[in-house]
Amino acid sequence: MTVLATRKDLMIVNMGPHHPSMHGVLRLIITLDGEDVIDCEPILGYLHRGMEKIAENRTIIQYLPYVTRWDYLATMFTEAITVNGPEQLGNIQVPKRARYIRVIMLELSRIASHLLWLGPFMADIGAQTPFFYIFRERELIYDLFEAATGMRMMHNYFRIGGVAADLPHGWIDKCLDFCDYFLTGVAEYQKLITRNPIFLERVEGVGVVGGEEAINWGLSGPMLRASGIQWDLRKVDHYECYDEFDWDVQWQKEGDSLSRYLVRIGEMTESIKIIQQALEGIPGGPYENLEARRFDKAKDSDWNDFDYRFLSKKTSPTFELSKQELYVRVEAPKGELGVFLIGDRSAFPWRWKIRPPGFINLQILPQLVKRMKLADIMTILGSIDIIMGEVDR
Amino acid sequence: MIIDTKELQAINSFSRLESLKGVYGLIWLLVPIFTPVLGITIGILVIVWLERKISAGVQQRIGPEYAGPLGILQALADGTKLLLKEDLLPSRGDLFLFSLGPSIAVISILLSYSVIPFGYRLVLADLSLGVFLWISIASIAPIGLLMSGYGSNNKYSFLGGLRAAAQSISYEIPLTPCVLSISLLSNSSSTVDVVEAQSKYGFWGWNLWRQPIGFAVFVISSLAECERLPFDLPEAEEELVAGYQTEYSGIKFGLFYVASYLNLLVSSLFVTVLYLGGWNLSLPYIFLPHFEINEVGGVFGMTIGIFITLAKAYLFLFISITTRWTLPRMRMDQLLNLGWKFLLPISLGNLLLTTSFQLFSL
Repeated sequence: MTVLATRKDLMIVNMGPHHPSMHGVLRLIITLDGEDVIDCEPILGYLHRGMEKIAENRTIIQYLPYVTRWDYLATMFTEAITVNGPEQLGNIQVPKRARYIRVIMLELSRIASHLLWLGPFMADIGAQTPFFYIFRERELIYDLFEAATGMRMMHNYFRIGGVAADLPHGWIDKCLDFCDYFLTGVAEYQKLITRNPIFLERVEGVGVVGGEEAINWGLSGPMLRASGIQWDLRKVDHYECYDEFDWDVQWQKEGDSLSRYLVRIGEMTESIKIIQQALEGIPGGPYENLEARRFDKAKDSDWNDFDYRFLSKKTSPTFELSKQELYVRVEAPKGELGVFLIGDRSAFPWRWKIRPPGFINLQILPQLVKRMKLADIMTILGSIDIIMGEVDR
Repeated sequence: MIIDTKELQAINSFSRLESLKGVYGLIWLLVPIFTPVLGITIGILVIVWLERKISAGVQQRIGPEYAGPLGILQALADGTKLLLKEDLLPSRGDLFLFSLGPSIAVISILLSYSVIPFGYRLVLADLSLGVFLWISIASIAPIGLLMSGYGSNNKYSFLGGLRAAAQSISYEIPLTPCVLSISLLSNSSSTVDVVEAQSKYGFWGWNLWRQPIGFAVFVISSLAECERLPFDLPEAEEELVAGYQTEYSGIKFGLFYVASYLNLLVSSLFVTVLYLGGWNLSLPYIFLPHFEINEVGGVFGMTIGIFITLAKAYLFLFISITTRWTLPRMRMDQLLNLGWKFLLPISLGNLLLTTSFQLFSL
């Protein structure tokens, strides 16, 4: 109680894990001097489910339903990386049609993810209305997913060597209609948001990340591209069949929240361009490489022996991972989603290390919010675009 | 014995009559107080319903539709729920301040309704400094907010209370020169005189045309005073959870809710009175010859006056509601910059212009 009147009293505020704008269960310990942020310490792990450990005693097929719970807003990407690892480990070829279907699904998922970034980001700044608009479009994407995969969010659609099912009849026309409709939707967002003076004042020059800095922090995705670095794994790694389409990498120079917003908005229209080209050029043929249903070598056993497998007890097709290790990555909407995979000549991966983009991008948050205002925390955190499901895994 | 009882009866009846008379007088005294309070409460329920329906329209939703026709009774249902809800008290807060805060906020705003003319000479108190009573009383409300923010023993509440105080201080100052220029134009601070001064030339006589800068500044500052969305920093959900109301539940939370809408209604009524010609029909004589509200008189004229005032006020409310659901929120420093570096010089310049024009015209 004997505090000198001249002493600066700092206030330590505990934001989260149940704060309205902490995007799930992120917890920030913030030191405030009035409205100014002096220090910020993120505390993670409230949504940790041991995803990497779970992978170690599941076959890839068994593990697929889990992966959509990493980044539950860009579910196709988690599935893609889960099958891409074993595919590249075992050098499995994917049929062309499957590649096209995958690209379409991935880009739709990217749009869905960016949409559900846009709404909460605007809500973080204080505009509630865009949240409802983005759901309008996102529902249509999920309708498309439901028609093709049977599920709206947790699809379980990708398989080693292809996809689980072919596109249903009429799906391609439906998707083309959606593309046309969505472009008008994006134009509407631009009209509503992009030139709004209050919005510009809130995001311009807030949370600036320089190009050099972005590389040093290991940022990826829109966070990196907004800082003036044209690095898109779809162009860099030439995976799936992105090289066959005509599209551009979206990037901005400034590195502030506004440029991250612009990059994401631009990526949505680019994704539509990719989808339209893929839908028009989708080839026929198989949607799955059946060779990939290689069985884990069953031990020879006599009929009715102790470990003989009767037909009704046949295990589902398992894919044997060779004794190799590799790192695979895809360009997820949040950034570089990677998996470091070590096989051990068994159906289970020996190690399954996930590199979630949100986790790596979140690292820069304390540095960005220092010396900013309290309200800027939400802008910056929103512009980083994290999903706690993949941050904590 | 008989006489005694008779006397007693007489005395009893007499005293009963006396007390009845007192009660009657008291009731008669309270009627003009409670009628506006009832009317205002209904007005607030309407605003809540409008806010829900308009926001639903903006966001392509349906909004409330089950409580009553078109969901009109939704606000009433919400209020009933809040009344029946448990009144939680923070265990280590300052309970006195915690309980006092909401009532101060509501009462101070309710008081300012006394100077609003709803119709021709239909005003609770036609004070000669009418408009300034509102400005002075309106500055009491943030004290209530500060109290509740402090008494909650919660850092978010405290920050919200501080923000509320800082915001209302910085936006009252640009508000005052605007009101001053209006009272200069009408040579009086009384709200009735202000309206009378605008009664000529239909809607061309509105102060809106004579004071366009003042009108803009007044609208922005009154939105900030009401803590509506471009300026709702004290209760910014994404930053401060709910600001000063974080720890409140039940009817005390309801009081804050009511206070914010009371504030909104009083602001739009003042916009109507100061800039939009109050209870006047405001249509030029070309459209309606030989018709003037002031001359109709009686209950009919009064009703029309109230209706016109409310129609104008709700027109303005529509604008502020759509603003709320369209714009993002400002940051604290931007808000203060806007108040002190932009609105204050502009409103002072406006006052200077008005004063010099008035001087030259004399």
